[in-house]
Amino acid sequence: MLQVQALHAHYGRAHILHGVSLALAPGEVLCLLGRNGAGKSTTMKAVMGLVPPSAGSVRLEGRELAGQAPHVIARVGLGYVPEERRIFAGLTVAENLEVGRRPPRDGREPWTADRVFALFPALASMRRRPASRMSGGEQQMLAIARTLMGNPAVLLLDEPSEGLAPVIVERMAGAVAALKAEGMSILLSEQNLLFAATVADQAVVLESGVVRHVGAMPALMRDAALRARFLSV
Amino acid sequence: METLAVQALTGLASASSLFLVASGLTVIFGVSRIVNFAHGSFYMLGAFLAWTLVSHAPLAEWGGWGFWGGILLAALAVGLLGAAAEMVILRRIYRAPELFQLLATFALVLVVQDLVLLLWGADDKFGPRAPLLRGATEIFGLRFPRYDLFLIAVGPVVLGLLWLLFHRTRFGILLRAATQDREMVAALGVDQQLLFTGVFCLGSALAGLGGALQLPREAVTIHMDMAIIVQAFVVVVVGGLGSLPGAFLAALLISELHAFGILVLPRITLVLAFLVMAIVLVLRPYGLLGRKPEGPPPATEAAAPLPGPAPRWLQGAGMAALAALLLLPPFLGEYPLILLADFAALVLFAASLHLIMGPGGMASFGHAAYFGAGAYAAALLARHLGAPMEVGLVAAPFFAGLVGFLFGWFCVRLSGVYSAMLTLAFAQIAWSVAFQWVEVTGGDNGILGVWPSEWARGRLAFWYLSLALCGLGVWMLRRAIHAPFGMALRAQRDSPLRAEAIGIDAFRIRWLAFALAAAMAGVAGALFAYGKGSVFPSSLDIPRSVDALLMVLLGGVHSLSGPILGAVAYAGLQEQLSRLTDLWRLLLGLVILALVLFFPGGLARAFYRRRGA
Repeated sequence: MLQVQALHAHYGRAHILHGVSLALAPGEVLCLLGRNGAGKSTTMKAVMGLVPPSAGSVRLEGRELAGQAPHVIARVGLGYVPEERRIFAGLTVAENLEVGRRPPRDGREPWTADRVFALFPALASMRRRPASRMSGGEQQMLAIARTLMGNPAVLLLDEPSEGLAPVIVERMAGAVAALKAEGMSILLSEQNLLFAATVADQAVVLESGVVRHVGAMPALMRDAALRARFLSV
Repeated sequence: METLAVQALTGLASASSLFLVASGLTVIFGVSRIVNFAHGSFYMLGAFLAWTLVSHAPLAEWGGWGFWGGILLAALAVGLLGAAAEMVILRRIYRAPELFQLLATFALVLVVQDLVLLLWGADDKFGPRAPLLRGATEIFGLRFPRYDLFLIAVGPVVLGLLWLLFHRTRFGILLRAATQDREMVAALGVDQQLLFTGVFCLGSALAGLGGALQLPREAVTIHMDMAIIVQAFVVVVVGGLGSLPGAFLAALLISELHAFGILVLPRITLVLAFLVMAIVLVLRPYGLLGRKPEGPPPATEAAAPLPGPAPRWLQGAGMAALAALLLLPPFLGEYPLILLADFAALVLFAASLHLIMGPGGMASFGHAAYFGAGAYAAALLARHLGAPMEVGLVAAPFFAGLVGFLFGWFCVRLSGVYSAMLTLAFAQIAWSVAFQWVEVTGGDNGILGVWPSEWARGRLAFWYLSLALCGLGVWMLRRAIHAPFGMALRAQRDSPLRAEAIGIDAFRIRWLAFALAAAMAGVAGALFAYGKGSVFPSSLDIPRSVDALLMVLLGGVHSLSGPILGAVAYAGLQEQLSRLTDLWRLLLGLVILALVLFFPGGLARAFYRRRGA
């Protein structure tokens, strides 16, 4: 589905990604793991074109995306949910969803406001509320819902559990599981290992912008030595 | 009492006109973050186009339909011109520093000024009265123009329509989202270029409509652009950049103050709007309804460190130039010597602004205030106390520095566009004082007879004096930039938080830099005054400030030789072009556009790159 090959990225002169590769199969959840500063978010941004990759390729169903503008990449089918959520604070919930709305994709049930409200019932009662007056968890739900309105073929979820209360994290995990059950392909980035373990099939571990480990998520959870090497703080 | 009520109504009508123009400006700024100097030009184009449409066949023969159709057509045409300007020019420089966009829009102002002159001629145009709204109505026993009543309604109606557009249409919602986070909007699959073109079309059409609707009210002139753009800036900044209701409120406030101010204190009408702006910005730094931008300010890349000692070839070239400036003048005629002395003053003027903009990281749209302060200090001393040139030249930097100290305290507290607008406001206040305080400053007639002392009266002696003083000034500015003071100044520019964390008082450093730059501009101003033998309010008006801005930006903000190259290039170009052709504004504008599009780093950097240094 989504193939990333030898991706390099720079911030100014700082070389952040050193040839990151990964492959996401249809309907699969692949989780990027790694410590702070390992390059998880930068990988997401480079895939999305927000940090233009300096080398490497990003392919969605065979179509080359590296070097394209973010809005083109979004239209081709990547839906990005940023770590900072970046909801439009001055707009209402309904307006935020409207910004994300794109035409339906062939062969998939189109996302509508009603359908995202079914996924996140908490949002349904606050359609007219300005997004600035929402809690962190509600903002995270809105950020995901807004991206879903674009009918993406692949969802890029950057640290959806960050800064949320445990009960909300659980609900978020439920929503991601529901999306997966509907056949959505998801590239996830997480620091919260338990969250990742409940939803992810594959794990890719990054360290200093280099892929250190690729394998099944359950296997990683069983291998304490591996986790200690790359993930413990 | 009745007079007051009618005066209030007049104020309302003016507020409507002002709001139309300001709304377009604020909408464009909200989405694109471009401070569009050319907005006043679109207003002027709207008025001229409307005049042509409604006073010529076929529309002139269609009565009421022709008139109102002409007004709307003019607005539409201006909207398309705005979209074209965005597509051809501004789109290419969104990634350039903010001030470059300003430079491009100012180049457009110059181009439009000459095009209007070419197409319509210099004489004032008078449009027909508006059908159905001719004559006056009796209100409180006084006659009040019917057209003004109509205008009073137009403002709120347009505000309402814009509200509907921004809240009830997808385009409007996307624009509001883009105002907050352009990158996120793009990541959601929205093509920003269409949004930007759309917003320029909308904003320019509003300016065009504002201009067209003035047709039955006042003469259409070739000076409309500058007059309105300054007022519109004030309204937009007072209301809060990007806020439509804020612009409406500010337009009301300023128009009513003007309407009543003219009754009570006719002498300070010019200053009033700018005083209001200064007060509002001091009390509410982001305007009446403006909000502090959320999150940290957009990441600006720290400027590269200043280049070390100049490469040998450049040092050589500099020495050669200096030698030529010292040795050649005795063989030059009178006119080149006058020019050279002017250039020297302008180089120091540009170098002083460069201290604020380059190492200081602040923008000033009103640096002429300090140039003018120096010039007037010299002239006033000569006129009222009969002081000789030596006294004037010593007093000028102190007086200009003092003015800079005072104004700077307000200006350096803010950052970015708000700070720049405050500098503009203070410069306009200074200009208004020079213009309206006739007893002391001579007003528009200026002060004549400001001549150098006997020994410096010869053109050659005066040139050496100018070279010595300006060279000294530029050298002192350089020393300041390389001294610990300059390092602290650059540190607070690149990272205000980190600079403060290591004990740098960013506010004080900026304030001192502002005052120092003002003092140096004062020396330049005084020299300019003695060179010309006279001082006029134009020495501190907006075009003079813009000259300084253009010189610094053309030369390159992040280079020490930039302001010198920029001043010589700009002043030389202006001089050459104005001798060659009457259309020098058009050519200068086109040259600036070309420079902005092809050398966004400024002349100095283009020069360096060519040399591979």
